[in-house]
Amino acid sequence: MASNRESQNPVDLDDLYRDVILEHYRRPRNRGQRDDATVSAEGFNPSCGDEIQLSVAIVDNVVSGMGFGGSGCSISQSSASMMTEAMSGRSLESAREMSKHVQQMLTDDSFDLDAVDLGDLEALSGVARFPVRIKCGLLAWKVLDQALANATGEAVDDDSDIPTRVTSG
Amino acid sequence: MTTLTPLDTTAIRAQFPILAREVHGRPLVYLDNAATTQKPQSVIDALSHYYSTTNANIHRGLHTLAEEATAAYEGVRKQVAAFIGAASHREVVFTRNTTESLNLLAYTLGDRLRPGDEIVLSAAEHHSNLVPWQLVAQRTGAALRFIELNDDQQIDVDTARAVINANTRIVSIVHMSNVLGSVAPVAEIAEMARSVGAAMIVDAAQSAPHIPVNVDDLGVDYLAFSAHKMLGPTGVGVLWGRQALLADLDPFLGGGEMISVVTREESSWAALPHKFEAGTPNIADVIAFGAALEFLNDVGMDAIAAHDAELTHYAVEQLSRLEGLDIYGPSDPAERSAVVAFNYRDIHSHDIATILDRAGIAVRAGHHCAQPLMRTLGVPATARASFYLYNERSEVDALVDGLLEAGERFGFDR
Repeated sequence: MASNRESQNPVDLDDLYRDVILEHYRRPRNRGQRDDATVSAEGFNPSCGDEIQLSVAIVDNVVSGMGFGGSGCSISQSSASMMTEAMSGRSLESAREMSKHVQQMLTDDSFDLDAVDLGDLEALSGVARFPVRIKCGLLAWKVLDQALANATGEAVDDDSDIPTRVTSG
Repeated sequence: MTTLTPLDTTAIRAQFPILAREVHGRPLVYLDNAATTQKPQSVIDALSHYYSTTNANIHRGLHTLAEEATAAYEGVRKQVAAFIGAASHREVVFTRNTTESLNLLAYTLGDRLRPGDEIVLSAAEHHSNLVPWQLVAQRTGAALRFIELNDDQQIDVDTARAVINANTRIVSIVHMSNVLGSVAPVAEIAEMARSVGAAMIVDAAQSAPHIPVNVDDLGVDYLAFSAHKMLGPTGVGVLWGRQALLADLDPFLGGGEMISVVTREESSWAALPHKFEAGTPNIADVIAFGAALEFLNDVGMDAIAAHDAELTHYAVEQLSRLEGLDIYGPSDPAERSAVVAFNYRDIHSHDIATILDRAGIAVRAGHHCAQPLMRTLGVPATARASFYLYNERSEVDALVDGLLEAGERFGFDR
């Protein structure tokens, strides 16, 4: 019961709009598509119109860099911006693992932040307390999953309503 | 023109129980009326009264309850006919919503089209008056044509004249835009449609709640609107059509209620409007819609129109004072009503909606089911405040304060 939880533990806008998030929204990192991309993917939220295009450079099973484009709210865009920084230098396996953890954090208010080190991305943990904004936070990660699945030849396991597709790679 | 007495919003508000509630510890400021309006106690009571005292299936039963339920249901059909100035209650068909009313026309009237025929829509259509016609075009090979907006973001009579031609079979346009708040020159466009022998359909989902709508004055052939946007319950839509035209159409859905004689091989159709009401309809909600129409008539559509226009004017004036606030729609406040779509600074409308919600203010954010219009306006999304007869100036002031708060959170000075 959302209302019960709220009455015990009020949800504050500060939980959602952390400084790190607003800072990434105002000054996004790795904005733009990479010339050396080995795979590109895109996705959008049909209910709100937010969109993300992702270009990922993968060398020897390691994400060497990532760029993003698109438009949307502070949550969707900062989530993408933070993701591009956090993924750089990670093995494909580690990238997939992190994506899984971040998506758990975005959807589950009781996610244990001490269990894994998500760095700056932990700023997104408040999103889980704003159910209508969860999709905003998830968008970039669903696009990432699509891109990584294409790179590894595995299937995407996704039961969300966020359509994503590989555009090249 | 006579001056109308301003609405007594305090007395009106007292009849809407939901307006007394709080959201996140703040009084509810409900500015999402273009999505759906709140319901007065009389509508809520009508629903409960029907189920407590009258519930029965209509038209077929021979017992007292069935007779009473039928009379109440059919009574609302007459109320609707009077509300829009229809020649007969037989011209009023109950559907689920505006979308279903428009789909009914798309599947009956629309499916008569052939390659070479043209359907004229406007650049400001809600998806409900666009997607059904795209499907018609796919099924029949007919082409879609669009009336563009002029520089003042209004449906342009000159482009209408240019796209309505001898190939036009159907013109279907929105009366009042759910984004721009502008009112299309429907009567003039209906005249153009008539001159080329095209059917004229109007999506009145936003206009019927906010301004007096008279089908004769508009000179149109079909009109669609929804009860829930005008104080009524969800699940009830209206399709009005001229009797001779409706009579000429094939049925949309087949089943009980819409037939006359049924054999194993074929059936003949019931008289209007029952031909278009297959199966048990939404009896309770139609009856409660009657209470909504009564409420609107008691307040008076002229007075409601004046109130909504005045409040919209005030909102445009107050919002325009904010630095970095862009308003979409006609520049002259006299050309718009009930709806103000805007963007503020570079704060995305979803963030605005979330921040306003924490202050108890309900607005809509996103593409408003009008993605092509968003592209025409050159924005991915907007925030939207929409007003109705119970809204007050103080709520516009609360909106302005909420926006200033959003600006501060995103690092802008007041």
